[in-house]
Amino acid sequence: MNLNALWEYANPKKFIQTTDRFLPWFAGLAAVTLVGGLIWGFFFTPEDFRQGSTVKIIYLHVPSALMAINAWLMMLITSLIWIVRRHHVSALAARAAAPVGMVMTVIALVTGAIWGQPMWGTWWAWDPRLTSFLILFLFYLGYIALWEAIENDDTAADLTSILCLVGSVFALLSRYAVNFWNQGLHQGASLSLDKEENVADVFWYPLLVCMAGFVFLFIALVLMRTRTEIRARRMRALLARERMGA
Amino acid sequence: MMPDLGKYAEAVLSSYAVTIALIAVLIVLSVRRSNRVKKELQEVETKVKSNG
Amino acid sequence: MIALLFRDIRLAMRAGGGFGLGLSFFLIVVVLVPFGVGPQSALLTVIAPGILWLGALLACLLSLDRILALDWEDGSLDLLATSPLPMEGIVSVKALAHWLTTGLPLVAAAPVLGLLLNLSESGYKWLIVSLLVGTPALSVIGTFGAALTVGLKRGGLLLSLLVLPLYVPTLIFGAEVARRGAEGFDVTTPLLMLAGITCGTIALLPFASAAVLRVNLR
Repeated sequence: MNLNALWEYANPKKFIQTTDRFLPWFAGLAAVTLVGGLIWGFFFTPEDFRQGSTVKIIYLHVPSALMAINAWLMMLITSLIWIVRRHHVSALAARAAAPVGMVMTVIALVTGAIWGQPMWGTWWAWDPRLTSFLILFLFYLGYIALWEAIENDDTAADLTSILCLVGSVFALLSRYAVNFWNQGLHQGASLSLDKEENVADVFWYPLLVCMAGFVFLFIALVLMRTRTEIRARRMRALLARERMGA
Repeated sequence: MMPDLGKYAEAVLSSYAVTIALIAVLIVLSVRRSNRVKKELQEVETKVKSNG
Repeated sequence: MIALLFRDIRLAMRAGGGFGLGLSFFLIVVVLVPFGVGPQSALLTVIAPGILWLGALLACLLSLDRILALDWEDGSLDLLATSPLPMEGIVSVKALAHWLTTGLPLVAAAPVLGLLLNLSESGYKWLIVSLLVGTPALSVIGTFGAALTVGLKRGGLLLSLLVLPLYVPTLIFGAEVARRGAEGFDVTTPLLMLAGITCGTIALLPFASAAVLRVNLR
């Protein structure tokens, strides 16, 4: 497939036409995998030896945390595409993805805190992982706020894309800083669910389904919201032309 | 039908409740905004066509 | 560019320039802390390095919009943009002026305020060192934030929201140096990280700030 043909979909009208066909499928997939995965995980998995029934929170916390990061990565890539190739759909896609990523971050934070409560005895602990997500939440907030604050669409796209770039570097820096800052405290009891830890198969498969569910949900939401942004931008342009022409 | 969640019932249930609530709100708001903007754009487009 | 530097410094020092504002805010914050947490000396000693860092950081934050907003309003920024000076140089000079007129005075004031918070003896040296190394980063990062919000009316709150997360790494390592120094531990690692961040931001962020200003000046 000619890769250059991909850029055709950067055309707003083509994007809407193409996604007209895809969106229902992604929405359907999202519903099936998300609901199916959560039901599987909640009702049909055993308790963990150490963590009891709280292990069931894994089906919410891990996928949402993954999406919180991936959403920002997607925003980074689309911001770069805007800076380099000036495709409006790209900039609007980043704008569309931000609130979704932010909600994912909140879900990761809340479920992470609740999960940690039986382990740590407090409703919030400055565990490096959770703290990094808290900082990521602030980055999302700032990014969205900047989009909302600037009237001119192109200026907003430019400024927010640069902010996304700079923010990504500092978000990475913060991750290391926070790890350094809190390294002494929760050595053993950290909420680590990395690949290193052997998550037993009986937990792993429902987790995979849930992760797929969150991914499809993200895609469906971002596609829908990008279409909305494209339409909103077109409307603003039409209204502006009206005002000048009339 | 409900699994025995033991002493962690409150934690697990509240996690699921919050997550489902947040996702539901996100979906509802996105869909509502999408419909509203679609309608407004149609109105503006017909107005522009009739003026132009 | 030297001329620009001296002009900015002179403007900041003038009556309406807000020179004393940062210092006053720093003082007020430090005075307020014991009212908030109680006067026990032992507690104050523990939190002193962090509070002093936080106070300096917030005082820096306050004066950020002055870096660019005044020049934006009276059109000087447009003039500067058309001059032969590269935009990256302009933003760097502005950051430097901010550091000289805001950051450095805060560094000088910090040990004095440390007395109020019962800072331990070994803490003074490392407080000053960490602030000296860290405040330039605060000015450079702040200039980036100021460039982003320069055109906005009432952009102050947004400026804080954008800049404070960017301040986190500097704050973490800077306060860590001050804290470890106050307790007599080795400060090498955080100090190196702090210096690294400062050098990195000074070298790279002006390019982003310049790009942002060019967008806003279109």
